[in-house]
Amino acid sequence: MTERLFEGADWDFQTLQRITDACEEVATRDLGLDVYPNQIEVITAEQMLDAYSSVGMPLFYKHWSFGKHFAYHEASYRKGLMGLAYEIVINSSPCISYLMEENTATMQTLVIAHAAFGHNHFFKNNYLFKQWTDADGILDYLDFAKNYVMQCEDRYGRVEVERTLDAAHALMSHGIDRYPGKKKLDLREEEKRAGRRRQHEEEVFNDLWRTVPKGASKTRSAISLERRRKLLGLPQENLLYFLEKSAPRLAPWQRELLRIVRHIAQYFYPQSQTKVMNEGTATYVHYRIMTKLHQQGRISDGNFLEFLQSHTNVVFQPEFDDPRYSGFNPYALGFAMMQDIERIVTRPEDEDREWFPDIAGKNDVMGVLRDVWANYRDESFIAQFLSPKLMRHLRMFHLHDDPEERAGIRVDAIHDERGFRRVRRELARQHDVGYIDANIEVVDVDLSGDRRLILHHHVIKGSQLNETDAKRVLQHLADLWTYDVALIEVDANDKVLREYVVSPRPISAVA
Amino acid sequence: MPIHIIDRRLNPGGKSLENRQRFLRRAKSLVQGAVKKTSQERDIKDVLEGGEVTIPLDGMHEPRFRRDGGTRDMVLPGNKKFIEGDYLQRSGQGSAKDSGPGEGDSEDAFRFVLSRDEFVDLFLDDLELPDLAKRKIAHTESEGIQRAGYTTSGSPSNISVSRTVRLALARRIALKRPRKDEIEELEAAIAACTDEDERVMLLAQLEKLKAKIKRIPFIDPLDIRFRRFETVPKPVAQAVMFCLMDVSGSMSEHMKDLAKRFYMLLYVFLKRRYKHVDIVFIRHTDRAEEVDEQTFFYGPASGGTLVSSALQAMHEIVRERFSPSDWNIYAAQASDGDNSYSDGELTGMLLTDKILPVCQFFAYLEVGESGGSAFDLSDSSLWTLYERLRNSGAPLSMRKVSERSEIFPVFHDLFQRRETAQEKAAP
Repeated sequence: MTERLFEGADWDFQTLQRITDACEEVATRDLGLDVYPNQIEVITAEQMLDAYSSVGMPLFYKHWSFGKHFAYHEASYRKGLMGLAYEIVINSSPCISYLMEENTATMQTLVIAHAAFGHNHFFKNNYLFKQWTDADGILDYLDFAKNYVMQCEDRYGRVEVERTLDAAHALMSHGIDRYPGKKKLDLREEEKRAGRRRQHEEEVFNDLWRTVPKGASKTRSAISLERRRKLLGLPQENLLYFLEKSAPRLAPWQRELLRIVRHIAQYFYPQSQTKVMNEGTATYVHYRIMTKLHQQGRISDGNFLEFLQSHTNVVFQPEFDDPRYSGFNPYALGFAMMQDIERIVTRPEDEDREWFPDIAGKNDVMGVLRDVWANYRDESFIAQFLSPKLMRHLRMFHLHDDPEERAGIRVDAIHDERGFRRVRRELARQHDVGYIDANIEVVDVDLSGDRRLILHHHVIKGSQLNETDAKRVLQHLADLWTYDVALIEVDANDKVLREYVVSPRPISAVA
Repeated sequence: MPIHIIDRRLNPGGKSLENRQRFLRRAKSLVQGAVKKTSQERDIKDVLEGGEVTIPLDGMHEPRFRRDGGTRDMVLPGNKKFIEGDYLQRSGQGSAKDSGPGEGDSEDAFRFVLSRDEFVDLFLDDLELPDLAKRKIAHTESEGIQRAGYTTSGSPSNISVSRTVRLALARRIALKRPRKDEIEELEAAIAACTDEDERVMLLAQLEKLKAKIKRIPFIDPLDIRFRRFETVPKPVAQAVMFCLMDVSGSMSEHMKDLAKRFYMLLYVFLKRRYKHVDIVFIRHTDRAEEVDEQTFFYGPASGGTLVSSALQAMHEIVRERFSPSDWNIYAAQASDGDNSYSDGELTGMLLTDKILPVCQFFAYLEVGESGGSAFDLSDSSLWTLYERLRNSGAPLSMRKVSERSEIFPVFHDLFQRRETAQEKAAP
């Protein structure tokens, strides 16, 4: 019998080392995982709260909104309303996992298996992360961003910087490129480029240009709509990108700030699309590793029971009429689907052979799962791999709530032969960020007239923007654009449902 | 694969402190309003403990484009009895809708905990002692360090590198220390030299130069200079606050409570805000005595009323200990306004002749019974007297208080920063 990794609940740094080595052995040998080098850091509750407030990143530029989140989390933590996460893991290379010092030895094993191997593998192999994030450069880039914001504050004043960042944050969810086509971001290169750009400006600066007479402005009414749209790269759904490139009166440093916010938003974009898969992967991996370690006798029965208890808490899915229900638990759904795939691959039933001919009975569980982890996101993962058996097991049903319908909310489909595909399609759609986020695009700029920026919101299923919030965001947008901004909500038939027009505030009023 | 395990627990904490301060600064007016509101409901001791405040989130809201309304589709787990085509009754608005904390409209109020310091700072933020004018170099206070040239001795951390190197350079030039390139040149010449005699001569020359380099060090202890620092006494404004409290029999428990609350606030305010403020506690019945703060706030006493006794005591203390030319002198008096009829004239005289001329500011707080509308009908003897003085231009501030909740506003009012008033008067 192999030696136990630890006894009881206490741990020290040698224990952590032994645990990590044991997990790594199982992860690479039995599961065939491919991970970034690991860096494991032990932190206190206060440091965990710090990390919470800066979206989990170890360093971030300074902004009041992070202070607000900190105050909020701290208050609810102190009152016991909220427990802290056992760990935070960062998609970087080396992959940094923060472990809470309060965790028992069992919990540390669980979170190392979960974060340092499960999430880590997912980060390194999933196509979205490969496409959109640069794990090697992110920490350097954040460092650059932090210093850059600080320098801007020194040079241009805190109020001005804050104003720009506030506006950029409001538009953050619309500062993302959704489709690849440009080359992958190299954040280190990006940082150097910003430096070169500044240097170039300083070198070619000539005060004389200011004195050159401007001449009569040309009338450009001849520019056709088509040509104008082409010149400006319209339609453009990445609002921050558009402002950075085309807003007429932004200072270079403001453009750089927009760029920073945009890059960070882009960095987090894959995470929002893969919550179920990411957590499912990590949970499945920790479950496999822990079970294996227990089988090998490296974890005692008592400690394994402790693990099972927290594991079942994590994957608990309350039913819809339960007061604890707040949507699908990504851990529960992800883990259930991973286990279900394991079942289909090893012990398929006739139904599974019919639904999943490609993988049913293939017997290579890890091969199939690794392929799934690499090539899908939540939406496509659910659309492909949610099995009828699991739908029956979770008793899923689809509600259709049409406010026009007087009779009430219709049950559109349930977990039966007629409903499987519809339920699955709906659930997949619920996890599609393209569907969740409002579809807003810049469609035109009135260049010959008052330079009004025109945006369209393509309304889906009659769900319009929240009015107060929309006005505030548009206010920020107008402040950056410095001319009027119009947002038109149109439905699928191009019928105008609503129109907002916002004018920029004079700068003094904002400060 | 190497695995790094790092203990970060000892890293300095408070990483979010700056963000938190930015947040508080931004929310300042909101938080301040909340602090004042909370403090009215609390005991003074609790005020100093900091605590939770709730601010409306409106100004702190971070807007995003959000959608709501329209037709909604959702997939839920846990079907027990529904079949396709069933209709569910809508219960109120949105049966399955549940927005978590921090999302959507549920975030209309925002609760968080202020530390003791933050709370008191915000609470006292816009208060100050008026006309803190007389500044003087105190004997004991030697605050502030400033640069004062260079010195030849000092601690290694204070070495001035640029100055040292400059001196070393001057010395090397003066003593004609050979430079590196001279030697290199010579060595090159030796290497290129074919003539034996010349070569020997050059070698000797090289030897000589090398010996000279050894003799004349690159940096000599003589060159080293240290930055010198001097402590400079800084002028500080000294101030003394006299707290005069009536504890006579006519003061009811309620009135004493009000007065004590007022002084407690004053005490906290002075202790927090000013480093150099002395506080003198005087309580009086028909006799006045100087007491320590413990006795002042908690000691029992009772008797008749002679306000002049307290003023007399204050005058004597000023004469003995606080020379008006060096000290900013303030006084706050709390009383129910009763005074012996015969004492009125003496009180007025003491005030006008002795006290007010040396005082920067004199606050009078008249405490009354709770719900005391009768108390408004006729002004008390002291109030009438003081009002007359004030109308003749004396630096007197007067307020009446009869409810606990009025203490904070009145206190604020008395010590409100007066810049605005001056600014208005200036142009």
